[in-house]
Amino acid sequence: MFDDFFLRAVVAGVGLALTTGPLGCFIIWRRMAYFGDTISHSALLGVALSLLFQLNLTLSVFAVAVLVSVLLLFLQRRQALSADALLGILSHATLAIGLVIVAFMSWVRIDLIAFLFGDILAVSQSDIAVIWGGGIFVLAAIAWLWRPLLASTVNPELAEAEGLRPERARLLFMLLMAVVIAIAMKIVGILLITALLIIPAATARRFAATPETMAIFASLLGAIAVFGGLFGSLRYDTPSGPSIVVAALVLFIISLLPLVRRAGTPAAQQRGQSS
Amino acid sequence: MLSSIDSKSGPLVSLHDVGVRRDGRWLVRGVDFSVSRGEIVTLIGPNGSGKSTSAKAAIGVLKPDEGHVNRVSGLKVGYVPQKLAIDWTLPLSVQRLMTLTGPLPERELTAALEAVGIAHLAKAEVQHLSGGEFQRALLARAIARKPDLLVLDEPVQGVDFSGEIALYDLIKSIRNSQGCGILLISHDLHVVMAATDTVVCLNGHVCCRGTPQTVSQSPEYVRLFGTRAAQSLAIYSHHHDHTHLPDGRVQHSDGSITDHCRADDGHHHEHDDHHHHDHEHPHAEGERHV
Repeated sequence: MFDDFFLRAVVAGVGLALTTGPLGCFIIWRRMAYFGDTISHSALLGVALSLLFQLNLTLSVFAVAVLVSVLLLFLQRRQALSADALLGILSHATLAIGLVIVAFMSWVRIDLIAFLFGDILAVSQSDIAVIWGGGIFVLAAIAWLWRPLLASTVNPELAEAEGLRPERARLLFMLLMAVVIAIAMKIVGILLITALLIIPAATARRFAATPETMAIFASLLGAIAVFGGLFGSLRYDTPSGPSIVVAALVLFIISLLPLVRRAGTPAAQQRGQSS
Repeated sequence: MLSSIDSKSGPLVSLHDVGVRRDGRWLVRGVDFSVSRGEIVTLIGPNGSGKSTSAKAAIGVLKPDEGHVNRVSGLKVGYVPQKLAIDWTLPLSVQRLMTLTGPLPERELTAALEAVGIAHLAKAEVQHLSGGEFQRALLARAIARKPDLLVLDEPVQGVDFSGEIALYDLIKSIRNSQGCGILLISHDLHVVMAATDTVVCLNGHVCCRGTPQTVSQSPEYVRLFGTRAAQSLAIYSHHHDHTHLPDGRVQHSDGSITDHCRADDGHHHEHDDHHHHDHEHPHAEGERHV
């Protein structure tokens, strides 16, 4: 099974896209796009540390992502700098430190481009197991956290007053983000992970009438982008990660066309009404 | 859960000498009040006087930095926050908003929307509602949960005057039918007072408290809001406790005449000027301004 590298790439990419859909919806609802970017940039520091201390790559990236999230929460509490500025500092500081550490290790030769832009055609069967296992775990956790997360997206104080625990939901959501970034890095790379989170979700907004349908549409649109991008990259010999992002962007632009919007929105609303 | 509440005759929530401090500044201090089942308590006060802060301390959203808050265990709260902005990217219909923090039977969902008069908007996206419609939707959501304690922070903002009276009547009828306690926040005194059992007037601390009548007669209240506010309240509740004389002085029901309005205070002829601070010491503990 999955002998063909292209088939492996499709299976891995679709698994990742299904996972990033619902997560990406929360990222745009909660206006956390820059947060996603920061956490994914910190992944390079994770890569560097894993090489330096010979740790498991995925675990190391996950650990650094968690560390940066916690650091961010802590710094935000102090309210000295705006969240925006803090994100900018952490984002580029972690990326730069990662690059510097890698440069110091003259004894390792690493393919930096593969980490920055992904190398989906090189995924192994064990990578697929990690992507699907991690993906199912993340989706199950999102489903379990759905109500507190959604309520605290609307208003954290309302969620707290009515017995949900928004602070805990937020913390767990950050951990899930770290998981997804750790498993996504191989596929679309550090610099493009946020695109796979945000673009399908933004595209889905045009067609969805409820938060739940938007999450499902985002997953499906992401999967379509993976198919389109991989076939395009095969046909035109373009890099696979960027091709997937371009395919997602094409879907987004199509969704903006007035024709689709006029035809799509009322239909989407009717779907929402019947649910 | 409910039995533990019913078995107690004491208040649902009570605040004892509560203070909340942010960035080295006391937002409120020395706040005492309680809300019992079937009671409507209204917090009034100018902007920045700590009404929302006190209410958030009461329901546990804010932790008090001094004093303590007692809540009955298993207290079910329905909350309408003062500010609620829903991002356009979140597709949310009124119907979906209703079940935001917990599931709800279809019948109760519809009943709550009918009670606030927006059943026809069930399928509308919340971003497309007018300010008044949105407030009604939020109120419907809070009452549909059948809470023990309903906390309404400026529930009628953006609602027109007749709608405002209708909503306060509705709030009163919710209290009567569900028997819940209601904590109401308002700077809009005209209508709210008639539906209130207890008024707590805040200005960084508790200025005065009591029934609407006693509060409206208290000098602290008049100082804070101006005689005009007191007067319009009196008109609404049809108990004229004092009369404004043509020369600006005030004749009280007991016949005494006082000069409430300060000579340098030109605000008391503007009917909407309820936010006017005419004193500058919100942090002094236990201070009275008579």
